[in-house]
Amino acid sequence: MIEKNEDYRKLIKKHLPRSTTIKNSIFAFLSGGALCFMGEWLAYLYTRLGAEVKDSYLYVTLTFIVVASLLTAFGVYDKIARYCGAGTLLPVCGFSNSVTSSALDGRFEGYVSGVGTKIFSLAGPVILYSTLFGTIYGVIYYFVTR
Amino acid sequence: MFTGEMGEVFLRSLFAFLLGGGLCVITQILIDKTNLSSAKILVGFVVFGVLLGALNVYEWLLDNFGCGITLPLCGFGGAVAVGVREAVSEFGALGIIKGAFVASAAGCTAALLMGFLMSLFFKAKPKRL
Repeated sequence: MIEKNEDYRKLIKKHLPRSTTIKNSIFAFLSGGALCFMGEWLAYLYTRLGAEVKDSYLYVTLTFIVVASLLTAFGVYDKIARYCGAGTLLPVCGFSNSVTSSALDGRFEGYVSGVGTKIFSLAGPVILYSTLFGTIYGVIYYFVTR
Repeated sequence: MFTGEMGEVFLRSLFAFLLGGGLCVITQILIDKTNLSSAKILVGFVVFGVLLGALNVYEWLLDNFGCGITLPLCGFGGAVAVGVREAVSEFGALGIIKGAFVASAAGCTAALLMGFLMSLFFKAKPKRL
């Protein structure tokens, strides 16, 4: 007999799928960390090829954007992302992936109202809020340092 | 063990691994344990990055962790904050308006350009979940 809420919770706990947060977190840690690890070596490679240290990080970011975009177009990125979860979402590859995949989705509705609007479906919020808060910071910085 | 140029790079990449991986774990926990959409989480990280830049922490992180902070989306926000600060120093009040887009230009342009090019040559694959 089920009499209390507690009993009911215990009963359904057996039947619920086991939490996969720990497994997901480990995958996210390893994949996200590995991307940053590779990025650091790539940055070193670019400085050896003659780039400034500051610019080398920008080159790494651009490299990751291009590679992630290509992988998305070939349909590989989704397969990787299924295992890596947040490890492939948070680094800049995830940004590139969402831009490219929404652009591909938008193609069916034409290049202007389809690709043109959908390409911003995730890039839009990111650009809007970084610009908004950047500008707020700019106002504060301007008046503090004047 | 970590001496010489290669050792230094190895140590930095290890730091990058730890910070980048750690940020991804936070994201994963937010996805699994809260109802926030991934767009909201990413916006949160970008705003957090702007905050890091505004508090002058971003540059310290960049020097010590390199790609560990630039590759996660915080780097986008941090770059915007640093860019705005540099623009204000250079152009004065106009820099408030100019800085943000200048700083984020490279990443956005590359992502948008690649997205458009890919949409010319590829079609969306049917999604299998």
